[in-house]
Amino acid sequence: MSDLKGRNKKLKYFEFTRWATQPALIFTLIFFVTPLAIMVVISFWQRVYGKLVASWSGANYIKFFGTDYLLESLTNSIEVTLATTAISILLAYPLAYILAYRISPKWQKVILIFAVLPFWTAYVVRSYSWLLVISENGIINFVLTHLGIIDQPLQMAYTRGATILGFVHFFTMLLTLTIYANLVQIKPSYWKAAEDLGASKLQVFLRITLPLSIPGVAVGAFITFVIAIGDYITPQILGGSTEVLVPQAIMLQVSRAANFPMASVMSITLMLVIVVVYAITAKHLKMNRV
Amino acid sequence: MRLLRNLPSYVYLVLALSFIYLPVVVLVLFSFQDGVLPVFPFTGPSLQWYEKMLANERLVESLMNSVVVAILSSIVTTFLGFLAAYGMARRKPRFAGGIRFVLMAPLTVSYLIIAMGMLITLNLIGIPKSLFAVGLGHVVINLPLCFAIIYSQFGDHLRNIDWAARDLGASDAQTLLRVIAPIMKPSLLASFCLSATLSWDEFIIAFLLSRFDVTLPVIIFEMLRAGLTPEVNAAGTMVFAISMLTIGVSAIFVFIAFRGKK
Repeated sequence: MSDLKGRNKKLKYFEFTRWATQPALIFTLIFFVTPLAIMVVISFWQRVYGKLVASWSGANYIKFFGTDYLLESLTNSIEVTLATTAISILLAYPLAYILAYRISPKWQKVILIFAVLPFWTAYVVRSYSWLLVISENGIINFVLTHLGIIDQPLQMAYTRGATILGFVHFFTMLLTLTIYANLVQIKPSYWKAAEDLGASKLQVFLRITLPLSIPGVAVGAFITFVIAIGDYITPQILGGSTEVLVPQAIMLQVSRAANFPMASVMSITLMLVIVVVYAITAKHLKMNRV
Repeated sequence: MRLLRNLPSYVYLVLALSFIYLPVVVLVLFSFQDGVLPVFPFTGPSLQWYEKMLANERLVESLMNSVVVAILSSIVTTFLGFLAAYGMARRKPRFAGGIRFVLMAPLTVSYLIIAMGMLITLNLIGIPKSLFAVGLGHVVINLPLCFAIIYSQFGDHLRNIDWAARDLGASDAQTLLRVIAPIMKPSLLASFCLSATLSWDEFIIAFLLSRFDVTLPVIIFEMLRAGLTPEVNAAGTMVFAISMLTIGVSAIFVFIAFRGKK
């Protein structure tokens, strides 16, 4: 009898713990999985005279990939994102390296936290504050004209370069964090052994440190790619409307035309691009090492 | 000698930090500008733009909206994340791998796409654009992080404490709220603060899913259409300061949570 009672209690307990996962799961299914599924469905529907019609066809996809100015947003986005990722890695790697190997351990954490603090500035504000620096009457043009280096202010804001600048600023901080976290995990015995065996400083870096730090670079680069290619604010505020990236194109479809099927096509294309990038970087993405 | 050898490193470090802090310094400095343009020459300091900002009713209202959404969505997120982490850690449910995949999946999808999907769905089922919808969106994007943080702190030692509480006659709710939750407090607070910070900063979901009751980032975005003004600087500085504060507090909780574990 008492045995039975104990088993009952145990069963009830298991019931509850199983139940505990459900609310979060159901919430995610309703507000994340379902919307994505609906988007996939709608991307195959048509918009006729401003109304959604459930006539299935791939016409929207054909239109997106067959129309130059629409497809251009995708190539623009990929170019900008790749440039952003590459430049951010080039800037962040030396910074992470210096922090990990040239700064005394006592100061490393302090400087690291200091270096990534503005990462948490609100998105809109961060892009806006770059305008203060690069706009026609911004700091850089002010300094350059007063030094007599240039006569006319440089047109830096509202260009592709401005978008990339805003992105690079943000993602240099992120990549510094992931690369640093990787570098400090490399055992000093590895490069000490290499040095003992006669390797030069350059050889140690190229054949020991660099290969072992690839996971940190890959994780940071992947996150950079995912966030940058889906960001609307930075290209909208800094890039202006000289060229349109996919997120801006999506917003135009939503706000101007209320064309949800086309916006869905673009969103799904964006997700597919991310899946492809994930497939390429997956073997380096050992999240637990970072 | 060592200093000389490391000089290029220090120079790079200073240059990199200058690059990182340049826009922040400019933003904060010109929020105290005593003129109509937030550019050189600096003529302040003056608090007039802060006064103007606080007199801007729409801005103050959006500030309140932002605070409400951040706090309420973070409470829901932390609660759901805590329950899910507890369920996953205590008893491996069937399809545990699949459940974890679904719970973590929103992390890999752009906020814009999540917002788009929700916009279309809410349209279909007839939930109007509102602050409530924004809150739902913020729970979606923050749930994976909260779940991951709390789940990572569920050690085996808690399993025994959990059994002990039950053997002593505690009910499910009592075990959860009076035994497990207090032990998990640092990671619960950390995930609450982190989620509040991200919600506070978030733009695109708030922009697409709200109509009249907008949040602060949306108002700042709208103010930008009028061009550069020190008032935007003042609002931006305030957003930045509050972000720093919450992220500082959550960093302290994360630190306590991880120190307690090892």
